[in-house]
Amino acid sequence: MILINDLSKKFGRLTVLDQVNLKMNAGKSYALVGPNGSGKTTLIKCVLGMVKPSSGSIEFKGQDIENEWKYREQIGYMPQIGRYPENMKIGELVDMMKNIRREVTSVDEELIDSFKLYKIYDKKMHTLSGGTRQKVSASLAFLFHAPVLILDEPTAGLDPISVEILKEKILHERRMGKLMIITSHILSDLDELSTEMVYIFEGKIQYNNSIEALKKETNETKLNKAVTTLIRQKELLNSITEQV
Amino acid sequence: MTRVIRYIFNDILRTRFILFYTGFLLVSTFALFQLDSDFGKVVLSLMNIVLMVVPLVSVVFTTIHFFSSYEFIELMLAQPINRKVIFLSEYMAVASSLCMAYIIGVGIPFIMFGAGQNVISLLLTGIFLTLVFVSLAFLSSVLTRDKSKAIGIALLFWFYFSLIYDGLLLWIIYSFSDYPLDKITLSLIALNPVDLARIIMLLQLDISALMGYTGAFYKNFFGSSMGVLFSSSTLFLWAMIPLLLALRIFNNKDL
Repeated sequence: MILINDLSKKFGRLTVLDQVNLKMNAGKSYALVGPNGSGKTTLIKCVLGMVKPSSGSIEFKGQDIENEWKYREQIGYMPQIGRYPENMKIGELVDMMKNIRREVTSVDEELIDSFKLYKIYDKKMHTLSGGTRQKVSASLAFLFHAPVLILDEPTAGLDPISVEILKEKILHERRMGKLMIITSHILSDLDELSTEMVYIFEGKIQYNNSIEALKKETNETKLNKAVTTLIRQKELLNSITEQV
Repeated sequence: MTRVIRYIFNDILRTRFILFYTGFLLVSTFALFQLDSDFGKVVLSLMNIVLMVVPLVSVVFTTIHFFSSYEFIELMLAQPINRKVIFLSEYMAVASSLCMAYIIGVGIPFIMFGAGQNVISLLLTGIFLTLVFVSLAFLSSVLTRDKSKAIGIALLFWFYFSLIYDGLLLWIIYSFSDYPLDKITLSLIALNPVDLARIIMLLQLDISALMGYTGAFYKNFFGSSMGVLFSSSTLFLWAMIPLLLALRIFNNKDL
């Protein structure tokens, strides 16, 4: 469904993404893992067209997304840091988003209900805590039944109950055959939520396979153990090749 | 597009700056009418205010607005909306609210005290100046990610066109005063929207006779229908070129 070809992005002299090739199919859930500053968010922003790639291309359902905008109807995006017009109330923001995507007739307000956001509809955005902001971001991402969901660190800053609500929702949507892209540093969450694993390091894709396969390769039963083993193996390989 | 514009409009009205601006123009126009009953003199004094204040307010308000609506722009970019639509909506909302403030602030007193023909040209040049400097401010806003830098660049545009350019022009005219400079100054004036607006206004006021031979020459040129066409299309270009440049940069910008 999403095809990334030789994608590179440079900010000045800094190479953030380096010849990334990735294919993502509907019905699967991709865990995007990598240390801070490895290019995860930049990759996501390239898919959304917010960051323009230096070279390479991205296809969405077989169509190049360069200067396109219509395909974003099919994407629900939850940003890492939700930035919203500060003097708007939550209710106004939700209404605005609905109004902007007026073509979508049925909206999914399940998360707004379960996070009890309607109770604080007249609170202004600048008064919200980081966690409440995350709740608003999550609710907006799921609002339009989008077949592709891109969630950038969805559980960061949420309280345990809200994390469970959000995870339930993600699993429910995955079972409906949606394509999910999730980045997170909490690997135990990704163990539950994702089926595929994409490991990015310094702008390059180091590993891309199913989580099952990764566990088998590393002889581990838990994803966090498997990923640390994977990273250690890579480091070991690197040090050997450097010595040679 | 209209949906996006509506939200930007609401946001602009909420800051109340536009209301202050309208109020300021209203008060100063009324005050000038109280000071002087001669219509031409009122227009002349008002022109001097307009030529300084309108560009300055346009430039500062536009850059501040652009950076305070950065979050809104970011939010819209993740939605199925064309980038060009987002940018042009911003431009139209800002430019039209500033123009409205100007028309109300200057127009209403004139209607109350009885409007003359030169009022229309005062209103039109003010609107043109607003459009030009809003374009320039948008250009400086997309050139950098830093708010204070953008305001600096925008103010530099204002400084250059309101003060520095005139100094340079005078220097050229004095240093080359032995040569016939009519046509050269004419073309040099076209390079500055503020000067262009000033000359259009002055010629409407029939005081060009005071400007000697050059005034007669300008009257001859700008007074003709060709001249009107030339000056208005030059001002139009002054609004369009920075806007299109800014649109191009915004279209390829990482947000």
